[in-house]
Amino acid sequence: MDEPYNFAYLDEQTKRSIRRGLLKAVAIPGYQVPFAGREMPMPYGWGTGGVQVTASILGKDDTLKVIDQGADDTTNAVSIRRFFEKTARVKTTTVTEQASVIQTRHRIPEQSLTSGQIVVFQVPIPDPLRFIEPSETESRKMHALEEYGVMHVKLYEDISHLGHIATTYAYPTKVNHRYVMDPSPIPKFDNPKMNMSEALFLFGAGREKRLYAIPPYTSVNSLDFDDHPFEIQEWDGVCQICESGDSFLDEVIIDDDGTRMFVCSDSYFCEQQKIKKKECKSMLLASES
Amino acid sequence: MYVAVKGGEAAIDNAHKLLANKRRGDVSVNDLSIPQIKQQLSLAVDRVMTEGSLYDQDLAALAIKQAMGDTIEAIFLLRAYRTTLPRFNFTQVIDTSAMRVERRISAIYKDIPGGQALGPTFDYTHRLLDFSLLVEENENDDSHLLKKTDVGIESSISTLSDEATDHLEKYPRVLDFLQQEGLLPASVNSAQAVDDITREPLDYPTSRSARLQQLTRADEGFLLALGYSTQRGYGRTHPFAGEIRMGYVDVSVTVDELGFDICLGEICVSECEMVNQFAGNQTQPPQFTQGYGISFGFCERKTLAMALVDRSLQAKELGEATDTPAASEEFVLSHCDNVEASGFVSHLKLPHYVDFQSELALVRKMRKEYFVKNTENASEDSATTKTQSQYKSEERTNG
Repeated sequence: MDEPYNFAYLDEQTKRSIRRGLLKAVAIPGYQVPFAGREMPMPYGWGTGGVQVTASILGKDDTLKVIDQGADDTTNAVSIRRFFEKTARVKTTTVTEQASVIQTRHRIPEQSLTSGQIVVFQVPIPDPLRFIEPSETESRKMHALEEYGVMHVKLYEDISHLGHIATTYAYPTKVNHRYVMDPSPIPKFDNPKMNMSEALFLFGAGREKRLYAIPPYTSVNSLDFDDHPFEIQEWDGVCQICESGDSFLDEVIIDDDGTRMFVCSDSYFCEQQKIKKKECKSMLLASES
Repeated sequence: MYVAVKGGEAAIDNAHKLLANKRRGDVSVNDLSIPQIKQQLSLAVDRVMTEGSLYDQDLAALAIKQAMGDTIEAIFLLRAYRTTLPRFNFTQVIDTSAMRVERRISAIYKDIPGGQALGPTFDYTHRLLDFSLLVEENENDDSHLLKKTDVGIESSISTLSDEATDHLEKYPRVLDFLQQEGLLPASVNSAQAVDDITREPLDYPTSRSARLQQLTRADEGFLLALGYSTQRGYGRTHPFAGEIRMGYVDVSVTVDELGFDICLGEICVSECEMVNQFAGNQTQPPQFTQGYGISFGFCERKTLAMALVDRSLQAKELGEATDTPAASEEFVLSHCDNVEASGFVSHLKLPHYVDFQSELALVRKMRKEYFVKNTENASEDSATTKTQSQYKSEERTNG
C-alpha cells in the first residue's frame, strides 16, 4: 500500500484491542469498559472516541453516515466523514436506511433503525455519576454496588427546587435493569429510541478512555418517579420546512429582529418528509382535477 | 434564508486555504526552514518532543512550523503522528548517571565530585532585550560565542581540581551520597512490570511508573502552577533541588535473537532530583524523601515542576494529607494532559444547537410558570393590602 496510514487510520492491533473492549461492552450492557484510547488526528472532544470505535468496526463493504446535531452537513460531521472517505475509502451516505454504520454526535436519527445497523456515539463524559461524584475510584465502586440512590436524589432536588427535572440532555438511563448509563448528550427526546431498539448502539469516549454499549433489544429506561414520569420535549409548532410535527426542532434566528424559525434537526428526515408532502399534494391535486 | 445551518463542506475547504495563507504570512519574507527551527528554536522543539512523547527533532520542528509556533497545537500534531507508529521493542532503561553532561548543578552542596557546570542557562542573564539581534547580519558576528579553543574554561565553577573531574567517566549522583548515609531511602528497581499509559488507560490508584509517565507528557504550564502551589502554601513538601543535570545518554535495546545490548544512538534529556523533608513515622526513622522529573531535551523548568508534583503525589504512600490540589492524584493526572485539555475545552466551539434547544425549552417553560405564580402571588398580596413595591423590597432584603 502506498498510503502512509493503515486502513481506517489505526493499526490492526489497536483496532483489535478496541474490538475486544467492544465485545465486553456488548456482553455487559451499560458497563463502562476502560480501553487504551489513542490520540487521533482530530482534537479530543471532537469525537475521537466515536472515531476510534468506527475505525475499529468499519469493513471495506460498509456504508457510513455521519451526523452532528442530526445533520449530515454540519462542519464536524463533514470533517469526520471526509476522514473515513480518505483513510478507509468506504462508501458514505446521508440516507439513514442505507447506512450500516452511523456515527453521531448529540442525536439519534428520527426514523426507526433496523436490525444490522450500528450507531456509534461520541461521548464527552461517560460516567453519569461524574458531576455527583467526581472521583472515579468512588464512582466505579458505586456502579459495582448498584448504589444509584444519589442519582435519584439529584433528580428529586431538581423537582423540589425548580418544579421539573432540570436535565434536558444526557438524561440518565438504566440499561438492562442494571447499570445507570449516560446516553451521551443527546436530547432526552431521543432516549425512548434506545429502548428495545433493533440496532446496536456503541459508545466511545476517547479522552476518558471508556467504551460502552447497548445491544439490540435491550431495555433502556430513563430514570423518573411515579408522580413525575419521564417526559420528552414538545414544540408548539411544526417544522417550517417539512411541516413535521413529531421531530426534534432546532430554532434558527433569521433576522435582526430576532424572528425565529423552527426546523427539523435531522436534515435527512426533513428532506424525506418534504418530498412525501409534495407527493401527497400532487396526488391530491391530480385526484381533484 | 436557511443558510445558517448549511454549507459545511465549502466553508471547511476555504478555512483550510485561509489557514495556509495565515501560516505562510507575507511571501516576500523568507520561508522558515526546518534546520533553522531545530537550531534556533531548540527549546520549543524540546518541549514539543517531551509533551508530544516522541524524540524526533525534525518532526517536532515540522510540527512547530505547521502549527505557526503554537506549541500545544504542535504537541498535538506530534502525538497524532506518534500514535500510528508500530512498537518494535523496548529500550533498556537509560542510565542518566552515565550522562555526557552539558549542565549539572546542585543546590544542596557548595561543591560536588565532578563539579558544578552551569552550561547554557538563562539563569544569570539579565532579561534585557538584546537589540543587536534585531539586525540579521549581526547574527554572523560570533564574538560572543564560546569557541572550541576556549574549552577548559567552559562554564564549570568547580573548585575541585580539573584533573579530578576531567577523567570522570560518570558524574556521581548527588542523591547517592544521601542514600549512602541512609538519609534518603535507597531507590529500588521495582520488580513490578512498568506500566505503559499509551497501552493501558490510567487506573486509579495509579502506580508510580504510570504517574511518572503521565507527568512527563503533562503540560508544563499546568505542572508549573501546581508545583508553585506546593511552595506557596497548598501543600508542604520543603523542596531542595538536589541535582539537575542535562546532557546526552545512550539508548540501547536488547535484541532477543542476539542476546546482547545494541546502542541505537543518544538522546538529550534533562533530569531533576528533588530532595524533600519528611518527618518519618512509627515504622520509619526520619529521613528525606524525593521527587523526580525528567524530559527530552532541555526542559529544565518542566523537570523541576514535575519533581515537585511527583513528590506531592506520594502523599498517600507517605501517610500525609491529600487535601491539596497537587496531592490529589485524580485531579492532577486526569487534567494534566494538554492534548486532552485543549481538545475538550475547544470542543465548545462545535455546534451544540440541539442541547441548547433542549435547555431553552426548559428555561422558557420554567419562566412561564414563574411569572404565572408571581402574578398570582401579587394579586393575593394586594388583596391583603400589601403593595407591589413593599413586596419587591421584601424580596430584595430576603435575596
